[in-house]
Amino acid sequence: MDKRTSIGEVVAEIRDGMTLGIGGWGARRKPMALIRELLRSPVKDLTVVSYGGPDVGMLCATGKVRKLVFGFVSLDLIPLEAHFRAARQRGEFEVMEIDEGMLQWGLRAAAMRMPFLPTRVGLATDVQRSNPEIKTIQSPYEDGETLLAMPALELDVALCHVNQADERGNCQILGPDPFFDDLFCRAAKQAFVSCERVVPTETLTSEGCIHSIHMDRSLVDGIVEAPFGAHPTSCAPDYGIDVEHLREYSASAKGSWDEYCAKYITAGDDAGYLDANGGTERISGIEPPIF
Amino acid sequence: MSNDDYTLAELCITASAEVWRDDGEVLATGIGVIPRLAASLAKASFNQDLMMTDGEAYLVTEPVPPGPRNGYEIQVEAWMPYRRVFENLWSGKRHAMVGPTQIDRYGQANISCIGDYASPKAMLLGVRGFPGNTIHHPNSFFIPNHGVRVFVEKCDMVSSVGNDPAAWGPGMRRDFVDLRRVVSNLGVFDFQGPDGSMRLISVHPESSVDEVRENTGFELTVADDCGVTAVPTSDQLQLIRETLDPNNQRANVFPS
Repeated sequence: MDKRTSIGEVVAEIRDGMTLGIGGWGARRKPMALIRELLRSPVKDLTVVSYGGPDVGMLCATGKVRKLVFGFVSLDLIPLEAHFRAARQRGEFEVMEIDEGMLQWGLRAAAMRMPFLPTRVGLATDVQRSNPEIKTIQSPYEDGETLLAMPALELDVALCHVNQADERGNCQILGPDPFFDDLFCRAAKQAFVSCERVVPTETLTSEGCIHSIHMDRSLVDGIVEAPFGAHPTSCAPDYGIDVEHLREYSASAKGSWDEYCAKYITAGDDAGYLDANGGTERISGIEPPIF
Repeated sequence: MSNDDYTLAELCITASAEVWRDDGEVLATGIGVIPRLAASLAKASFNQDLMMTDGEAYLVTEPVPPGPRNGYEIQVEAWMPYRRVFENLWSGKRHAMVGPTQIDRYGQANISCIGDYASPKAMLLGVRGFPGNTIHHPNSFFIPNHGVRVFVEKCDMVSSVGNDPAAWGPGMRRDFVDLRRVVSNLGVFDFQGPDGSMRLISVHPESSVDEVRENTGFELTVADDCGVTAVPTSDQLQLIRETLDPNNQRANVFPS
């Protein structure tokens, strides 16, 4: 079994109007090489589900988002995401703004093929009032408690980035937090994962604790080897957040997004992108973020 | 070391640390420099049972100084990735101190956006974990810029639950909601006013009840025994300056 594929073939699976889930968290372990290819494609009208960082910002800046399902969009060390803010302030897309935990709950419901999962989270706030499609439900037990029924967030496609994978699709996350990538994959009809390195299966078990293999191969439809594919977000312990790049990216929300695109997105292939960022040696040397 | 030369930041740290005094073995999360140093001070002095993270995914046995590590190595005791943070907070084993952009008299707070929801004047972070935090575990607030645009009659987007009776529907469970304190640059508040509303319990030495009232956008309740906020002790100042914040990150909170 060999699920290796290419960035181009993955993005060719994404069609207008699809619901796209993106793994990682803020400025950490985002599948940015896949996102850049998506930006180069004609795909539009996406519903995007994400613990948002520059993935969301760039999709907003390129006008690809019809609806955003989010709890936050942030570059972590730069708290506010300039491109997302600008598009949101122009009212350019619909939103389902929910608690971070509700987002996880919606993915988990979809992963388990349940219509919803109950929670208290969101009740008695404007999350409930601004999302009238999210209903409440009464506990059938003696307590009779009113709970919020977080609907399943069913994804057409999930995109994630990890440190290592084998060609069959087993995925290893060597950083400190696996986030919710496994749930994104399980909630999706098709899941594609880019990785720093495709390695033999035995390397996965010899190089990391067994607990670091977060996605088994049944969750994954395609594997793309994309070294530095999370840049400018981090992929600990391989490299940290490229704050210098994120500052330039943020500043481009003030009228120079076209220049940013020309330099980093539309200029060409991955090798050119890495060169434009000072090369692989520089990126490898970026220290892990300090929070 | 004398304690008559403390800064406003240091006063806010010691006043904020008090919120965790009687909490026992819970996760103390302080978002922002002052709340984080306040949790650090609580853990390093009067509540050593508190749990803290490195700001990422590890629980640590001693508070991590904010800013550059300068060779400091975090002392790990357990793992707390976001998935476990959700599990922890939904089970109530946490007390967070956060910094909202707006807060009303009932402690409902906003970090989502300012202005009309369809196309906000200023989009901020999004509601993050505010709804889940506030409906499940104790919360306190730190506000460095006490003013009528922060202490508002009504939040533009209610991101966290509060004590407003009108916000709650039949059958919703409110008994885990536990709003503890608000510490601002002017004073300290609890939620023991009418219907669980905010109440001034002490003013900082350089402020006054009148100043607090003028800078609060809703009718202010003042506790009968409202006094002056306790100033930092010399031991606390030494701990903050030498151990908890050697990079002096607190100096950036109130730019002079």
